[in-house]
Amino acid sequence: MRGSSARNAVCLAIAAMAILVVGPAKETAAAASRFEEIAPGVYARHGLVAEETPENQGAIANIGFVVGDEAVAMIDSGGSVADGEDALEAIRRVTDKPVAYLIDTHMHPDHLFGNQVFKSAGATIVGHRRLPAALAARAEFYKQSMAAQIGPELAGAVSVTPPDETVEDERRIDLGGRTLVVKAWGTAHTDNDLTVFDEETGTLFAGDLVFMDHCPVLDGSLKGWLAQIPDLMAIPAKRVVPGHGPVSAPWPAAIEPERRYLETLAADIRKAIAAGIPLADAVADAAAGESGKWQLFEDYNPRNATAAYAELEWE
Amino acid sequence: MAENGRNRTTSRGTALALTASAMLALALAGPSRAETALSPEEKAAEADSAWTELKPDLFGDRQLVEGTDTIAIEAPKRATDPAIVPVKLSFDPEMDVRKVTLVIDENPSPVAATFEFAQGADMRSLSTRVRVNAYTDIHAVAETADGKLYVTKTFVKAAGGCAAPAAKDPEVAAREMGKMKMREFGTDEAPVHEAQLMIRHPNNSGLQKDQVTLLYIPAHFITDLRVDKGGKPLFSMTGGISISEDPSFRFAYGAGDSGPFHAKASDTEGAVFEKTFTGEQS
Repeated sequence: MRGSSARNAVCLAIAAMAILVVGPAKETAAAASRFEEIAPGVYARHGLVAEETPENQGAIANIGFVVGDEAVAMIDSGGSVADGEDALEAIRRVTDKPVAYLIDTHMHPDHLFGNQVFKSAGATIVGHRRLPAALAARAEFYKQSMAAQIGPELAGAVSVTPPDETVEDERRIDLGGRTLVVKAWGTAHTDNDLTVFDEETGTLFAGDLVFMDHCPVLDGSLKGWLAQIPDLMAIPAKRVVPGHGPVSAPWPAAIEPERRYLETLAADIRKAIAAGIPLADAVADAAAGESGKWQLFEDYNPRNATAAYAELEWE
Repeated sequence: MAENGRNRTTSRGTALALTASAMLALALAGPSRAETALSPEEKAAEADSAWTELKPDLFGDRQLVEGTDTIAIEAPKRATDPAIVPVKLSFDPEMDVRKVTLVIDENPSPVAATFEFAQGADMRSLSTRVRVNAYTDIHAVAETADGKLYVTKTFVKAAGGCAAPAAKDPEVAAREMGKMKMREFGTDEAPVHEAQLMIRHPNNSGLQKDQVTLLYIPAHFITDLRVDKGGKPLFSMTGGISISEDPSFRFAYGAGDSGPFHAKASDTEGAVFEKTFTGEQS
């Protein structure tokens, strides 16, 4: 108790000194330094497991970049222009090679509201073949809903920026000395999920096809997601960067909790549908056994259950 | 309709602004506190309710009887998904309800649907799913066979359900449009039957904007539905944009007609979807 408070005092003193030394102008540098090298030439930034707020600048998704001999590829651009700028700053602290590509793993604002930063920096934006349509249908709605979350100022700065090039099935991107394999998936978390696999280090950027800690979010197809998990697991990766949760985790073990959650949700909802329990009543009890195993469970599980019911009653 | 909606919003907006500035002028203790202290319900209650203007538009000067069991409404206090908000209407079997108007006060097009129940259908309950665009009262008005009107309401917290993009997977939605499914359920009350009709349809709200053209994606929804049992009409619906994607209607009724269900639906583009459900379907 005493020891810990003494340690806290020391930490506070160090933090105060750091603030004095670094000064307020280095605020973005501090944010940028949150990127860590999880494998040679592979950097990732841990997103807070939280809802987007003005204070966290929408920096709630794990985003990262891979440095090749010739060029850099950014994977997801963050949840605001400020978040994207922090990421670009982080790249510039590591290398001055051109950021040739930005790969969007899917349509959600916490993953691509920083797109314009990388477009301005000259990157070619790559996304799923269905990303342009999905964004076109949602851009207006996202701008509104994000204004309520990250605030009108940060949301107002965003110009929703679609991909320049799309991936039908699979595409290999050569960064010089290392190749990224970009794969487009069938409808799962959303209808436009991409993964990025760095062959050199065996690192898989899974986007939101893999959630850890943060309750999974269903905005595509529960059946599609479950059906593709074996294919995801077959990717010969050593580690995964999940869309949310720890910045790096062993593969494929990292996907087990998510698979258990999705299977539980599907089983509970199917049982309710078979028993003739209406949607309103089924949602309350669905996946109740998973409560306590995930952060933000109450924020996302009821909505997932509603979506799952609407999908599975058509089986 | 859209013009009306806009005018309504504007006048209410002005009223709110006036109220706010009056408060600002009066409250020495600090206006910001007065504004932030209001809960969403209080704000909604304080705002000149849309219902004040909707009621005469829809029912003229007819009396709406409150506080009876003729019609009851159930909806979640807080919606888990604003695009799929379940609403259940129940009717007093003694009252012979023949028509119900479902109104989502704050939606851009407030009348979600009008249901008409055939003579002898003996409808006991009807559930559907709606889009809710803002914190709102949902009113249900029942008309009995003798022409009297009865009203009930509930408050729902949800936002963005109309502008939210409908289909999670538009390719599947397009492929399966018009598919229908009927399920029948056992009930505890002996003469009462229960069934659910489901129709695959995007039911586009017309409030989603295409970012490239900056035009609204045209509304495309089921306008008319008629459900028969054993060749006799059971109920019909005139629907609007507030009915959720893949419309679902679960209903309990006392009519004892044997024979198959038949459903016929038509949408804003003139497409007609029709199906006779032979035998138990689920």
